[in-house]
Amino acid sequence: MSAPPILVAENLSRHYPLSRGPFASPLVVRAVEGMSFSLEAGKTLAVVGESGCGKSTLARVVTMIDPPTGGSLVIDRADVALADRQTRQKLRSEVQIVFQDPYGSLNPRQKVGTTIEEPLKINRPQMSASERREAARQMMARVGLRPEHYTRYPHMFSGGQRQRIAIARALVLHPRILVLDEPVSALDLSVQAQVLNILADLQSEFGLAYLFISHDLSVVRHMADRVIVMYLGRPVEDGTRDAIFDHPRHPYTRALLSATPVADPSRQKERIRLEGELPSPINPPSGCAFHPRCPLAFERCVRERPELEQKGPVKVACFAVDARGELARTERLSA
Amino acid sequence: MALLEIEELTVDFATAHGLFRAVDRVSLTVDAGEVLAIVGESGSGKSVAMLAVMGLLPWTAKVSATRLAFDGANLLGLSRRQRRNIIGKDIAMIFQEPMSSLNPCFTIGFQIGEALAAHLNLDRKARRDRSIALLQAVGIPDPERRLRSFPHQLSGGMNQRVMIAMALSCRPKLIIADEPTTALDVTIQAQILDLLLELQRETGTALTLITHDMGVVAETAERVAVFYAGQKVEEQDVGPLFADPHHPYTAAVLAALPERAVGRKLPAIGGVVPGQFDRPSGCLFAPRCAYATDLCVVTAPPRQGPELGLALCHYPLRHGRPLSHPRAIPEAAA
Repeated sequence: MSAPPILVAENLSRHYPLSRGPFASPLVVRAVEGMSFSLEAGKTLAVVGESGCGKSTLARVVTMIDPPTGGSLVIDRADVALADRQTRQKLRSEVQIVFQDPYGSLNPRQKVGTTIEEPLKINRPQMSASERREAARQMMARVGLRPEHYTRYPHMFSGGQRQRIAIARALVLHPRILVLDEPVSALDLSVQAQVLNILADLQSEFGLAYLFISHDLSVVRHMADRVIVMYLGRPVEDGTRDAIFDHPRHPYTRALLSATPVADPSRQKERIRLEGELPSPINPPSGCAFHPRCPLAFERCVRERPELEQKGPVKVACFAVDARGELARTERLSA
Repeated sequence: MALLEIEELTVDFATAHGLFRAVDRVSLTVDAGEVLAIVGESGSGKSVAMLAVMGLLPWTAKVSATRLAFDGANLLGLSRRQRRNIIGKDIAMIFQEPMSSLNPCFTIGFQIGEALAAHLNLDRKARRDRSIALLQAVGIPDPERRLRSFPHQLSGGMNQRVMIAMALSCRPKLIIADEPTTALDVTIQAQILDLLLELQRETGTALTLITHDMGVVAETAERVAVFYAGQKVEEQDVGPLFADPHHPYTAAVLAALPERAVGRKLPAIGGVVPGQFDRPSGCLFAPRCAYATDLCVVTAPPRQGPELGLALCHYPLRHGRPLSHPRAIPEAAA
């Protein structure tokens, strides 16, 4: 990798205060804590985890919708926290986002053309109306929308078409980073494949860096170059796609992989059953947040929190994984 | 004799623009104690067909069938009252969104007790005991206390367990689960599916699982019916279906799964499911099918025999190649 990364996040965190009334001190929800990663042109970083693990908060922080409460976010060698207003505005047009629900993320009262042109209106004031229209039409053709769709309204489109509109809107500014927050989870199977193909084509054409947020591991396996697994706001495992999928190390990653249904009835697999539910991020368990559900937990996990460390080919936050990246224990210690 | 027999079931909805056919001459049987999966995309009629069996469709729906029988009794001629004696008791249904299918105004205990009071002649004490036993069976900790909880106090996974407990309450012969895990996280989905199958094996009820997730189908079902645009296009046992799909739609859907893809590019199916106004006159899949010919566009396809998965197709596939197809198909086209 000779090219420098477009975005570098260092120890990024986002906390939300939670008011408990006028007399009590507010609680702090640690939605994202200690996330470090970088995005490179033409590469996809996938963030996986279950609901409430903070992956959508991360998307909001990276797109500068919410400022981080800790750590640093450097886009294009400019630190977002230190940048002045003008630089920030310029950086915003470098990072665009596609949301999960194409029914909620498009303005029902705007025509498709208006929706796609709006980012240009705001960020490229020097463009004339006809230039904007031309740019929008080009982008529409690029994502597989027909020219006559320009004057239609979102309700006239199916979910897959709407997601194409959302992608066109995000790409019309020619950003360098695209944040995809569950882009295909609301779509039907046959349409999902179409949208994934468009995303792959656009990435190689424009050299986009993707931050791909998803809970669907089979989609992640198909799209990602690098994968970060999150649990309750913290990264628990970070590595290349093949390292994570072929040899998962963290007990949570292993459970997540084994819980994902595989479309092959002949494959008999042992399923690691996770007991219990996701704890609330308002009141996370002591020590390792995963220990109440972990099949390998021992006393140390209750007291101390494991840091994300390089162990073998991947970074893992787990005491049960030794320095070579092998599982040091295979059973829960009954203590 | 099959437990549930559906023959030529058709459901039309009266809309402002005329009739919309949601289910198109579907025949299906469910045997006692088996797990049948009905798989299809949204709008394929898989839920509507089962809601028609339950009699839960609104008045705008016109249901017709040559035979619709449960456990030997004809469901078509029943009055609403007679039908209510069967549904909820012998046929139970589990819905997709546990949060919105439970009543937020009443406790879990009340809602389970309601089903028991309606169908089984139990007194208050017996109902309470049975409710506790049911919650225990579906793995809810501390069931006595949970009886007094309201749905909003429980998580999605716990609410779905409550729904399963309610479905099991009267020892049904058939459970219809409509996307029971779609709204849940992966690890919770695994718990709920394991629970459903475990209970199904223990009680010997038949389970009909409506889903769009091929992974869930592969891991749970014994037999699979594939729906497309209101029609049943294929029906096979789960192993052969994944190994050798006979309908081009099934083959295309399986090929489009990211986990089965070989390259970066997925073999996606072009186009979209036909809607009310662009319904083709011949085969409904013809506009999107790689093997479609003039015959497919004009003439509705015949139903093939069981050796070809009852595929609704002029040129059913065998080992990825269409049989008696007029054009020469290159090896890689499948």
